Amino acid sequence: MEKLAIIEREGLRTDIPDFGPGDTVRVQVRVREGEKERLQVFEGVCIGRRGGGMSETFMLRKVSSGIGVERIFPLHSPGLAEIKVVRRGRVRRAKLYYLRKLSGKAARIRERRDS
Amino acid sequence: MNTIIGRKLGMTRVYDDAGRVIPVTVIEAGPCPVVQVRSGDDGAHSVQIGFGTRKAKRSTKALVGHVKASGLTTVPAQLKEFVLGEGDEPPKLGDTITVDIFQAGETVKVTGTTKGRGFQGVVKRYGFKGGPASHGSSTYRRPGSLGPGTDPSRVIKGKKLPGHMGSERHTETGLEVVRVDIERNLLFIRGAVPGSKSGIVTVRKQGGQSRYA
Repeated sequence: MEKLAIIEREGLRTDIPDFGPGDTVRVQVRVREGEKERLQVFEGVCIGRRGGGMSETFMLRKVSSGIGVERIFPLHSPGLAEIKVVRRGRVRRAKLYYLRKLSGKAARIRERRDS
Repeated sequence: MNTIIGRKLGMTRVYDDAGRVIPVTVIEAGPCPVVQVRSGDDGAHSVQIGFGTRKAKRSTKALVGHVKASGLTTVPAQLKEFVLGEGDEPPKLGDTITVDIFQAGETVKVTGTTKGRGFQGVVKRYGFKGGPASHGSSTYRRPGSLGPGTDPSRVIKGKKLPGHMGSERHTETGLEVVRVDIERNLLFIRGAVPGSKSGIVTVRKQGGQSRYA
C-alpha cells in the first residue's frame, strides 16, 4: 500500500493553492474545440472536496444568470491550467450543500480574515 | 516469453495526453528468474518462472536443489509453469524475465484469485432478481423454484443455489497496458484485475484488440 502511495505522489500537481470549502476559486479549464485549445474560466464557491491522492476532486458552485451551476473538477487534472483562490470564506461545515436551497443575501459567505 | 508473475499493489488513476482520466491497477511484476525449461516432442516448451523470495527456514532442500540449476541461492515465493506457444523462442535457464517484455498499448489478460466473499445467496452470487420487495411478498432474496416436481423428483445437477462465492481463479481478458516502468518493475493496467491488494497475479500477452479499443 505504501508503494502505491509513492507511485501516486509523482502524478500529483504541486501548484495547487491551499483552499477549502467556502473559498471562492477561479479555475481556468483547457477546452479543446477541434484543433484549437482555449481557456475557459469558471469561478465559484468551493462547496466541498472529496477523495484523496490522485483521485481528489473539488466542487465549485456559482449562480449564472439566475441558475445555479455546479461543476466537479479533478484536483490533479492536467486539464486545469490554473487554480486561483479569489476570496477566503468562513464556514463551519465541510460540505456546503445547504447553499443550494439559499439564494441572494442568504447565500452569502462571511469572509475569513486570517490572523 | 509472454507471461510474468506479479503482485497487485492497488488501483489509482492516471491522465492521458488529452487530460482524460484512466483508472489503472498497478502491478509490481518480476523480476522473474527462469527456473526450469522443458521441451516436448511437439516443439512446445514449458517454462517455470519464480517470483519473490522465500525465507531459508521455509525452503525445503528439494526446492533449494531445484532452483540451484538456474543459479539461485534463495527459493522464490512463487513458482509457476507456463506453456509457450509454438515457434516461441524459450528463455534460457538463469535468464530473468522483467516487465520489459510488455509495451504500452499491448493487450493482456490477467489471472488471479478473486476476493473471497463467503457464503452468499443467489442474488449476489448469480445475479438473480429475487422476489418483489413489497405488496405482501415474502420471497425477497430467495431463489424460487428449483425445477420440475415428481418427474424427475430430484434437483438437476448444476442448479444455481446459494454457496461459497469468490476466492477462485479468474482470468480477466482484453485489458490494456497503459504504462511500463522498467526501473521499478511496475505495470499499469487499465481497469480492474482479480484479487485483493498484494494478491499474486499473472499477466499474459493476449494480442488483438483490448476491450477499450
